[in-house]
Formats: sequence, C-alpha cells, structure tokens
Amino acid sequence: MNKLELQKTANEVRKGIVAAVHGAKAGHPGGSLSAADIFTYLYFEEMNIDPKNPKKEDRDRFVLSKGHTAPGLYSTLANRGYFPVEDLPTLRHLGSYLQGHPCMQETPGVDMSSGSLGQGISAAVGMALAGKMDNKSYRVYTLLGDGELEEGQVWEASMFAGHRKLDNLVVIVDNNGLQIDGSIDDVCSPNPIDKKFEAFNFHVINIDGNDFDQLEAAFKEARATKGMPTAIICKTLKGKGVSFMEGNVDWHGKAPNDEQFAVAMADLEKISEELGGAN
Amino acid sequence: MADVKKIATRDSYGNALAECGADYPNLVVLDADLANATKTLVFKKAFPDRHIDCGIAEANMTGIAAGLATCGKIPFISSFAMFAAGRNFEQVRNSIGYPHLNVKIGATHAGITVGEDGASHQCLEDIALMRAIPGMTVIVPSDDVEAKAAVRAAIEYQGPVFLRFGRAAVPVINDRPDYRFEMGKGVLLREGTDVTIIATGILVSAALEAADMLAADGVSAEVINIHTVKPLDEELVIASAKKTGKVVTAEEHSVIGGLGSAVCDCLSTHCPTPVCKIGMQDVFGESGTAAALVEKYGFDGKGVYASVKKFVS
Repeated sequence: MNKLELQKTANEVRKGIVAAVHGAKAGHPGGSLSAADIFTYLYFEEMNIDPKNPKKEDRDRFVLSKGHTAPGLYSTLANRGYFPVEDLPTLRHLGSYLQGHPCMQETPGVDMSSGSLGQGISAAVGMALAGKMDNKSYRVYTLLGDGELEEGQVWEASMFAGHRKLDNLVVIVDNNGLQIDGSIDDVCSPNPIDKKFEAFNFHVINIDGNDFDQLEAAFKEARATKGMPTAIICKTLKGKGVSFMEGNVDWHGKAPNDEQFAVAMADLEKISEELGGAN
Repeated sequence: MADVKKIATRDSYGNALAECGADYPNLVVLDADLANATKTLVFKKAFPDRHIDCGIAEANMTGIAAGLATCGKIPFISSFAMFAAGRNFEQVRNSIGYPHLNVKIGATHAGITVGEDGASHQCLEDIALMRAIPGMTVIVPSDDVEAKAAVRAAIEYQGPVFLRFGRAAVPVINDRPDYRFEMGKGVLLREGTDVTIIATGILVSAALEAADMLAADGVSAEVINIHTVKPLDEELVIASAKKTGKVVTAEEHSVIGGLGSAVCDCLSTHCPTPVCKIGMQDVFGESGTAAALVEKYGFDGKGVYASVKKFVS
C-alpha cells in the first residue's frame, strides 16, 4: 500500500474502533486510536500473514502486550479480512468472540491472549526464541503502552531479548504520554524510554508513530538490524482522529454516548473526505 | 526402614527430563538460575540447545514458556514452588492457564522439607493456588518412580500441568513391576475398613507406615495415594469414604486449599463424611533439618499414626 492508502485504511480502522467501543458501551478508545497507524502498518504492510489461514505455521506473530487496546487490534483484523467489520460492535458483549481483552482461543488472528500488562512482551520473546531455535525466518512484533513500561516484567523480558540477541523481535512502544491516572511524567515516569532500551542492548529508533513515512523507515531499519532486537519508540497522540478525545486522558477507558459517537464518526468521515474517500 | 532406597523427587524430575529428551524433540526446559537445585542440569548437559536459563526472572520465564508453547514447543519451567506458583501466580493464570497453553510447571523445593532455608522458601500454598486455575492439572508424586512417570505423562498430555517435587530424599515406595501411572487416577495401596487415609506426596509413605502401626492397635486403615490432586479421582475417594465412614487427608501443604480441601469439596457434595486434615495448620514453617521438621509437624509415620488414632478414638 502507498501512504495515502495506508492513511485511508487507518481511518477505517479508527471508525471500527469507535464503533466497537460505542457498541460495547465500554473499552479503551484513547490508546486504540493512538496506535491505529501502527496496527495498520503492521497488518497491511509489514507482517507476513494470511487472514484466510490465521494459524499459518511460518507467519509473523503479533502480541498486543497493551491488551486493553483490543478494539484497535480487532478493528485492524476485521478490516484486514479475518472476520466481518460488522461484528465489531459486539465487543465485550456476552457470547461475543471479541472479548474485552485479546483471547487467542476466541478470535481469529489473535496470536496470544493478553491484557495483564507486562506479560505480552514475554510471550513475544518466547515466540522469537522459538523461531531462532527452529531456524525459522518469521518475525515477532509486540506493542506496549508507555505506562506499561512501569511493569517490571517488561524489563525482565527486555534483558533476556537483548542478552539472546533476538533480532527477529521488534518491541513497539505507543508513547502517547498518558496513562489512566494522568500523564506518565506525573504518575511514575518511564522516561527516558529510548535510553532504557539501549541499556538493555536494543537497537532503538525514535519516530512519530502517526506518520507512515517514519513507520515504514523504522520497520525497514528494524528488519536490517542484525544481532540485537529493535525497539521502536512511537510518539503518538492519544485519541487521534476524534476531536474531543485527542490528548485527553479522560478517554483512556471510556465509551462515547450516542451523541459523542455521532461527533466522533463525523470527525472521521471528514478525514475520509480530506483523504479523497475510501480505498 | 533404614535400608529403604531414598531419592529426592527433584532428582527424579531432572533425570526424567533428560531421559525424555531424545523421545520428544520439542521438549524444552527453562530455569531461573536454579538449574543446579531443580536438577535440570542433567537435561542441560544432555541437550544444551534446549535448555534456556532465563536468569532470576520467573515472571518472564513463564511468559517465554507461553510464547514457546504457541510455537509448538513443550516447555517445562523449573523453579522452587514458592516462585513457580507463588510469585508467578498471575503469570501462570493469565499467560498459561487462560489460553490453556501446553506448558508444564516443574515446582521443586515444595513444603517444609526445604528445611534449613526456612519459611520464606517453604511453599505451603502452591497446591491451593494452582488447583484454583481452571484447566490446570496438579500432580504431587510420592516418590522417584511416580515422579518420573508423572513427568512423562505430563509431556504426553496436551495442556498445562503443575508438578510438585521435593528437595529431601524420600523412600522409593512404588518400585514394583506392575506400577502404572495414570493421570487423574488414585491408587488404592492398602485396603482397610475402619478409616481411610488419603495421602499425597511424601505423606504417602508416612501413611503406609502409620497403617502398619494402626493395624497393631487393631485399627484397619485403608490407604489411598492421590498423586493427581486435580482432577481428583472422586470415584475412588467416595467409594472408600462410603466403606470406612472416616477420612483422614495427609499432605505437606497448608490444610487450606490443598488435598484436604479437594477431598472435602468432593465428599461434602457426594458423601458427607467426617474428615481430619493432616497438613500445616495455617502456620508458616521454620528453619530446621527436613527430618526434624517432618517430625515436629507430624508428617512422619508416627505423626500420621497419632493423628489418625486420635481421630478414630
């Protein structure tokens, strides 16, 4: 996909996020929207995957370590053809295959159950290690929140990944700067994030995670990096695309009501028009 | 009993892994800087490429095992029960139990027979914690023979299994040609009519000794070895309770949440029966030799005998 196509796709992913969270009357729109461009780049450009065969043996793997942003992952998977986009509003409903946090047994395309912060990165490290042990060429991607970096297990996993030189692993940080209780700087600052990963023997790339040119360059650089894992620190805007959610910590884990939903969808529709319609 | 062969089940664990390594190419063993103590060093020497030392980071080890399992490996994570089940509870619950991944947890140094290290390292809650996780199988082998058989059975089984091993050498009691290990099936070791002793782990040999002493007093004790605490062999437990009308459970674990609780859960529903629970009575352990602690807390033949005698009188 070219940049414009990716932008259009990411906007559709954002619409799905808003629809899902509105349908659920709960969930986490802020961090799903901030990471929508990352999700889109991974599933529409970067990863070797097959929606018709979600468990293909040598596929690239993705672990959503910040599992609360399941709406972002689900909307991306739906738009990529793993399951119908129309099912997104069943999110969190009793009996839905779209559980509040990712469940690998329920949802096609989910490679690992997650949601308890800090645990997903370890599973991703295990997948990368398995790939190395079996001389497979698949790559493993995991997305963490910046608040999640406060979990000690993240650094246990990073220490191991650096020690084992897992260059088939890419750790992506959605650095939107906000966590439930406020700004990451105020709560318990994980900064400087890049220096920390460097200290754990990662190749570190700092980018604007809402810019597809920078995403493309970073993932290419990660692919070319040998002998160490890569961490891509993505500065993003929490709630991106929905005017009243942008940069507002109140929308970390709250669903829009019907009125707010209409405003949000109008915001995203306007972006669609600016981009020249759907793909 | 001086001439009885004694082997620590942690040794059985390491030896069994090494013996199984060639048969199961997907078998991988993980440690958190304790391979010397968990005895997986034997496996490491035989299969260095399939042994992964994660350093002192049990939570990450557990997640790595989960990731390995999604890629077709059969990972055994090894650590002391305190860390494997205690520190790690939520990792085991969410990264292994919830997705029902094919990870085996080899928990060594369980119970008070850890000895001198004292209460901080004597895990008395692991059975309770692991038993509460849906889909988790919990196995507590009674000796070397059973421990090795359990490891092989866990490899053959698809799904998470918690295996509990001890630090101290314990009598080999199952070394007979017809011994067969079946996950989820209890073993009727001795028939009796007056009382049933349902034991697990190192308390099985103590229960057999106690049964001999009770027989001398004219008390006929039935002895059942429950190596698989979950799923519990309810049929065997109920049948024996119906026969004797009195049940004693015996385990090197807290009386809260372990074998005793599992048996009570079963009997209270299907066959209400008076139960006496031998175990740690809601207290922490302490430093001392394994033998001294076993004696103090009544986990040897004499201790079990005394508890049963009091219960049936």
